[in-house]
Amino acid sequence: MGKTLAEKILSTKSGSEAKAGDIVIAKVDLVFVQDVTGPLAVRQFQAAGFKHPANSLKVAFFLDHAAPSPGYELSNEHKLLRNFARETRSLLYDVGQGVCHQIVAESLAKPGDLIVGADSHTVTAGGLGAFASGMGSTDIAVTLGLGRTWFRVPETIKVVLSGWFPDGVYGKDLVLHLIGRIGADGATYKALEFSGDAISNMSIPERLTVANMAVEAGAKVGLFPADKATGNYLSAQGRKADYQSLFPDEDAVYEQTVNISLAELEPTVAKPHTVDNIALAKELKGTKIHQVFIGTCTNGRRDDLAVAARILKGKKIHPETRLLIAPASRGVLLAAIKTGYIQTLLEAGAIILPPGCGPCLGLHQGVLAAGETCLSTANRNFRGRMGNPESLIYLGSPATAAATALNGEITDPREVI
Amino acid sequence: MLTGRAFKFGDNISTDYIIPGRLAHLRSNLPELAKHVMEDADPTFAARVKPGDFIVAGTNFGLGSSREHAPLVIKMAGVSAILAKSVARIFFRNAINLGLPVLLCQTDSINDGDKLEIDLKAGTIRDITNGNQLKFSPIPEIMLHILDEGGLLPYIQKHGGFKL
Repeated sequence: MGKTLAEKILSTKSGSEAKAGDIVIAKVDLVFVQDVTGPLAVRQFQAAGFKHPANSLKVAFFLDHAAPSPGYELSNEHKLLRNFARETRSLLYDVGQGVCHQIVAESLAKPGDLIVGADSHTVTAGGLGAFASGMGSTDIAVTLGLGRTWFRVPETIKVVLSGWFPDGVYGKDLVLHLIGRIGADGATYKALEFSGDAISNMSIPERLTVANMAVEAGAKVGLFPADKATGNYLSAQGRKADYQSLFPDEDAVYEQTVNISLAELEPTVAKPHTVDNIALAKELKGTKIHQVFIGTCTNGRRDDLAVAARILKGKKIHPETRLLIAPASRGVLLAAIKTGYIQTLLEAGAIILPPGCGPCLGLHQGVLAAGETCLSTANRNFRGRMGNPESLIYLGSPATAAATALNGEITDPREVI
Repeated sequence: MLTGRAFKFGDNISTDYIIPGRLAHLRSNLPELAKHVMEDADPTFAARVKPGDFIVAGTNFGLGSSREHAPLVIKMAGVSAILAKSVARIFFRNAINLGLPVLLCQTDSINDGDKLEIDLKAGTIRDITNGNQLKFSPIPEIMLHILDEGGLLPYIQKHGGFKL
């Protein structure tokens, strides 16, 4: 019987014939933590009596959630992680270098890898064909020590994408539509695997956006095949040797299939307070928005800033709306400076934040007031997510975000492009 | 045998409800962080919960962040088990890794404040207040072994690795 992408990777990494439902112990390629889950992982690693990370592992530490630190407590945690990273000769990506998932995609992940990270959006690297999944600090501490962890091999939901996006519609709209259809727990414990004739036309940044939000449907992983586009992306990053093609077997067995015709999609928005509470942007016209945020591991890439810059070029954002932009990495920021996007966005009235998670999780940089609304390109709109339980968060694409910043209310980007 | 009162919550109780990101600076001071457990879902919870009590929820409990501080502050509050119709994947592993049982069962018949008696070995929940008897789904074997040792660290210290 054929294998899904998840079964293929877990078979290789466990040295067994992994089928959905099996429990396997698998060899991990890359382990990483960020600055608000990493300190507990380090403490648990030490409490377990481990001295050094397993030799077989690549280990990375990212200081991205509080970048730079807003207070001494987090500064002390940063210091702990810097010291531990240096002592263990691990990779350290300090404040200002960007969001862990963006850097993992740019520099570390490769097709067929098994990656675990102490962050739920570790699934992002599934866009490159890596089995990448989030875990908590103790699981990560033990994986760091052993070089292995256990997995229940997930059943797979096949998402077949056909046709192509109309103007103004992007990967973000697709993934919001998908989560709206299957629900915020529609893929719990399962793998989402993307396929269909649209895939080969989808850029890697677009795939990363879709894979990133697999966890918002509860999924363990969101997997794309590794194809020519994956190879080109890795080559452009100077990592040609990291490429291998990876496809599921034609006779793989899927738990269910979801078909989506991209041509039928429209700009989509998730309303407060769950990601599966979706509506079309045009249905929310007139909803006043006080803050727009473009950034994060979901939509803080160069292509995302390009879309926003095209919409805002030569224009000014609404006087009662703030526009915050956090490029996902230093590389993204440099590219956006070179191409003139940053100047365009600044001239339109945007605030440029340092590369990092920015206001996404409510610990600094743009915390909302009571009763305020935000339209964000991030992945979560849970009550309190952006630092104030009395505020409201809507999620949309960078195009919807830019159009909304322009009008001060939720706007279908097709009205302004 | 576990006994305590039920604190009832709804569906989709995210890790932000349990312990929000705005308190990330308190993660280095766990006793202080724990004072805020479930704050955005029920601001009175921390003051009312007593050792042994249960959190009883609907579907998709613990969705969102991988922050292990979510089950950690629940455990620190003395909660002896979480009962839910379904639970998000990362939260499930995190809770078991800390030795905090998560029991999947039909929770509609349990009311806020009901007195419950849970037999982990028999897989049964007795609602003493209304007399109902419920069964919870079997915990996957590897997780049961981790739970039996009191969490993942004691499990690893005993076995030196994962055993299937």
